[in-house]
Amino acid sequence: MRRKSTALVVATMVAATACSGGSGGGSGEIAAPPSDPAKVSGEITVLTNRSDQLADGTLKKYAEEFGKVYPGVKVKFEGLTDYEGETKIRMNTENYGDVLLIPNSLSRKQYPTFFAPLGKAGDLSAKFDYTDHATVDGQVYGLANIGVANGFVYNKAVWAKAGITDWPATPAQFVADLEKIRAKTAAVPYYTNYKDGWPLTNWTNAIGSPTCDPGSYDSLARTAEPWSRGSDLHTIDKLLYTVVDEKLTESDPTTTNWEDSKAQMGTGKIASMWLGSWAIGQIRAAAEAAGKDPDDIGFMPFPARKHGKFCSVLRPDYQYAVNVHSDKKTAARAWIDWYITKSGQAAAEGSISSVKGAPLPDTLKPFSDNDVTLIPQHQKNVTEVNAVDKASEIGITVQDYRQKLVDVARGAADGDMDSYFDELNGKWSEAQQTLGG
Amino acid sequence: MTAVQKTRPGADTAGRRGAPPPEPAPAGPSPGRQHGRRRRRTAAVTPWLFLAAPLALLLMFTYLPVADMIGYGFTDWDGTSPDRSYVGADNYTDLATRPQLFEVFLVSGFYLAASFVQIAVALYFATVLSFGTRLRNLFKGLLFFPYLVNGVAVGFVFLYFFQPDGTLDTLLRLVGVEGEHLWLGDPDLANPSLAGVSVWRFTGLNMVLFLGAIQSIPPHLYEAAQLDGANRWQQFRHIIAPGIKPVISLSFILAVSGSLAVFEIPYIMTGGANGTETFVIQTVKLAFQFDKVGLASASAVVLLVLILLITWIQRRLVPEERVELT
Repeated sequence: MRRKSTALVVATMVAATACSGGSGGGSGEIAAPPSDPAKVSGEITVLTNRSDQLADGTLKKYAEEFGKVYPGVKVKFEGLTDYEGETKIRMNTENYGDVLLIPNSLSRKQYPTFFAPLGKAGDLSAKFDYTDHATVDGQVYGLANIGVANGFVYNKAVWAKAGITDWPATPAQFVADLEKIRAKTAAVPYYTNYKDGWPLTNWTNAIGSPTCDPGSYDSLARTAEPWSRGSDLHTIDKLLYTVVDEKLTESDPTTTNWEDSKAQMGTGKIASMWLGSWAIGQIRAAAEAAGKDPDDIGFMPFPARKHGKFCSVLRPDYQYAVNVHSDKKTAARAWIDWYITKSGQAAAEGSISSVKGAPLPDTLKPFSDNDVTLIPQHQKNVTEVNAVDKASEIGITVQDYRQKLVDVARGAADGDMDSYFDELNGKWSEAQQTLGG
Repeated sequence: MTAVQKTRPGADTAGRRGAPPPEPAPAGPSPGRQHGRRRRRTAAVTPWLFLAAPLALLLMFTYLPVADMIGYGFTDWDGTSPDRSYVGADNYTDLATRPQLFEVFLVSGFYLAASFVQIAVALYFATVLSFGTRLRNLFKGLLFFPYLVNGVAVGFVFLYFFQPDGTLDTLLRLVGVEGEHLWLGDPDLANPSLAGVSVWRFTGLNMVLFLGAIQSIPPHLYEAAQLDGANRWQQFRHIIAPGIKPVISLSFILAVSGSLAVFEIPYIMTGGANGTETFVIQTVKLAFQFDKVGLASASAVVLLVLILLITWIQRRLVPEERVELT
């Protein structure tokens, strides 16, 4: 009843504004890039999570550059500080901007309900990376601007002081190195960021690194017990467990602070943290602000080698999509394409551009120098993996189960590593059976 | 407050207004009479006009969402998808067959214990401040202030307060207690610490409630008691405590329902980690992390029913009685 009346209000609003818009948006219509920039016109609204760039005028500058190529299009930004929360609520209406970032919490099969298709998977994947992360039934619904590699951000000076020069090549060696750091320096060898939580979720992005298998995440859909010995999740979570169990982490994980931890790593009070490559720039800036050498901040892959080579998984950052209800789809698509391929935003921030063949940024020079294999993460069964994950209430992409892992490791919760992994395995296979049957 | 001050006068007027005019109108109404009747009719509508705004808000923001929620409880809605299907009582069966979902109520025990402390402390301060203490308005303000501070700010302030070697440890060192404590990290300390924050935050509110009730006690009772040689404790025991009994029993009802539904402070400070998860946090996670809005709605309904039930039992055990103070 109430739903119907809101829909009515929204429909009236859309009808009222549609007069000024031109071609009305029916679902299924492809938001194709314009053939002639001069013919595109209209005002588009872009929702963004970068309220910092909105405040310092960076986005406005991009919009002006864009205006030179597309004189008829006016770009308006809306910055949302709680992007995930606010967007998800707004998506219950039709009024969620023309261009937006696909919220992480949205499941893949819902993309066609909310976004206009951008083109066929075969065509777009030749030009852009990560298109498979937003492909439903052969149509691509979102394009990422940048990709993220995963690894340990570490303070080279601290590691060198402990006498370590080479990257550890096995989890055991990594733990031994952290022990050296604890013995020889005053730094916290590893900082969990348990309180803020999301840095713990990032460990999930290591899936694929230990076995160097792009299909590792996909295979979770069919694996009955993902936490059994030899699997990626087992290797990854065992490493985290051991590091905490050996007391190589901060003394009180429950009062950690992400903003603070950047400065602490910059000044050498923290030796290492598992993060995405996007964090390197921020921590370098923190080091510089504290009067230290930003070049001390390095990046190393997960301590495991396959055929003598390290592996790091590349994942897309937020993907840009066009609102299926937008009546300026062409202009919206023009902005997305221009922003990803022409704006130079990725290079300016030291991020990995999603345009195929773009060179790696400076921040990842150690990866290219040491011949680290960058592998994608296949996305064929992601919907199934997510369904099992949600049904099991484990949440491999949320922090709770790893917070519990840290609690078990530091003796704050009952059980040990094996009993906890057994519990997780049990929940996973039970959910799989429920969904399958 | 509404539970105590039964809206008797309002009910009376409504009853009178609703009644037909007392005398039957004679044939051939004079224009004067008609005018009078119209005025009376307008007068009958006036209270409803005043009530329209609050009632509309109440309906829109309390009863409609609750009705929706009860509806969602019978579906498998995931929170975003436009379609949902009716699953009957499946969600309730699911809840009933998973007793571990109700284990989190043990955490509420900490908050319940803390709320007894809170009521005792509030009663103490209210009594002390009701006697002519010097700077009483200043102290009233200081004690009430924590309640005015935004919950998110409280959470952040206390995160620093509880850090190892943070404010609390430094303060303790001043009085000779050495060592670093993991106030939130130690699973045995985490819940008491959080409950302590809740005491700090809500004592002021309780105190103001008590203070208001105490001030309605006629002052000549104290004078008479003083003439009879009663000391402060005896005055509290025999005049104040019985005089404000309805407010105290209301506070206990609120304390019980409040401790079953704790959310804000633990959610901001620990996010429910380290054994501090409460029933509401668990519900929020079911809805927004695991996309089980149907199941979460069902558990919210269960919580609602539970609170109503406990309140009803409490009212049966301690029936409301009018206190006459003259």
